[in-house]
Amino acid sequence: MADKMKRDYSLVGESTRIAIETGLASAEWYHTDVSRKAMKELMQRSDGPAIRDTVIWIVAILGSAGGGIWFWGTWWCVPFFFVYGVLYGSSSDSRWHECGHGTAFRTRWMNDVVYQIASFMLMRNPVTWRWSHARHHTDTIIVGRDAEIAVMRPPDLLRAALAFTGILDFRYSLPTLVRNAFGKISPDERSFIPEMELPKVVTAARWHVAIYVATIALALYMWSFLPLMLIGLPRLYGSWHMVMTGLLQHIGLADNVVDHRLNTRTVYMNPISRFIYWNMNYHVEHHMFPMVPYHALPRLHELIKHDLPVPNPSICHAYREVWPVLLKQLRYEDYFLKRELPPTARPYRGEFHEVNMSAAAE
Amino acid sequence: MADWVEACAVDDVEEEDVIRFDHGGRTFAVYRSPDDEFFATDGFCTHEKAHLADGLVMDDIIECPKHNGRFNYKTGQAKGAPVCVNLVTYPVKVAAGKVLIQIG
Repeated sequence: MADKMKRDYSLVGESTRIAIETGLASAEWYHTDVSRKAMKELMQRSDGPAIRDTVIWIVAILGSAGGGIWFWGTWWCVPFFFVYGVLYGSSSDSRWHECGHGTAFRTRWMNDVVYQIASFMLMRNPVTWRWSHARHHTDTIIVGRDAEIAVMRPPDLLRAALAFTGILDFRYSLPTLVRNAFGKISPDERSFIPEMELPKVVTAARWHVAIYVATIALALYMWSFLPLMLIGLPRLYGSWHMVMTGLLQHIGLADNVVDHRLNTRTVYMNPISRFIYWNMNYHVEHHMFPMVPYHALPRLHELIKHDLPVPNPSICHAYREVWPVLLKQLRYEDYFLKRELPPTARPYRGEFHEVNMSAAAE
Repeated sequence: MADWVEACAVDDVEEEDVIRFDHGGRTFAVYRSPDDEFFATDGFCTHEKAHLADGLVMDDIIECPKHNGRFNYKTGQAKGAPVCVNLVTYPVKVAAGKVLIQIG
């Protein structure tokens, strides 16, 4: 048998060409049947839930920051920075995500304001990432097309472990912002950002870099790490929850399929994680119907779960399921966890899901 | 002179909603605004090929179901990323309980 081609995760390489040729790129994806009436109700926007959650979020951020500042120099600051770090470095991801979709609030400017703040907290260029996420929804886990594949095959386990510390993201995000601030846009970025949007990429990066420069200057002036503990470093010490929940979205499942039930995972989570993650644990549901706001995802889940694989009952359960898959992928990168559809569910484009995995058993 | 084509009955579209209308190999979207006026645009989003009729109508905005791109369906104006190209709009009139659109 001829050697299979290794996956090429660049967005302008051989896998990109194949994805376009085989019809995987910009394909028609499976959707569970939901009546227009029910979907209209689920899609309805409301400012109330997001204002409530955002007020809680801001009060918790300011409160924990205040505690951290007050107790700075003693061990008592540690629990405050633990909370502050997660709110800044993790919950900002779900706020970025929902407000980027424009579904969190009904009022557009509210989505835009929270989106810009969360993008800054995450060291993400707000323009670049809006476009990369659009691509992620068009071509979810399509190799050579999706710019947001967190764990590539074969998996780099050291890299995945380091992701929990935020070091790798930090190492990537900060130089990217600086590069963009100097007006340099990479070929990958150009592959999904329209030409007319490129000046906005540079402007946004310059604002972010200016704030970081001001923070560093303040830290030097005060001769203290405190300003950096509040701005910038939480991206390192507080991103573990974002990684813990975010990795589970697609890791270990099929790639190059056009059915979110097969490449995306829904996991039941505790209420605190769901607040931090803004219900993105219902991830199959989100990908299938991205118009549904985070607060309506539990209702959507109840409506369509008969057509979806059984969700993982907990974060721990999901990681126990993923770990052996990653180990097998080290030896045989085509291996993946095949999601079982309920007997009554309608299969869709099964030909993309048929991979001979017998070699993985060797 | 462009033809007026019957797209649907008035009652086929709920208030603040949209339906799909196919004609001559083309797809259109027919809207009924909250103040009970009718409008028509091309049926597909200008960003990627998604049926706008599956989207959400809010006031004078249609939001695409795929990437949440927003247009003003009365003017066709794209309201920001990820949509950058305006929608084509079509004249609409109501006669004898039917919605007619003028297709060029």
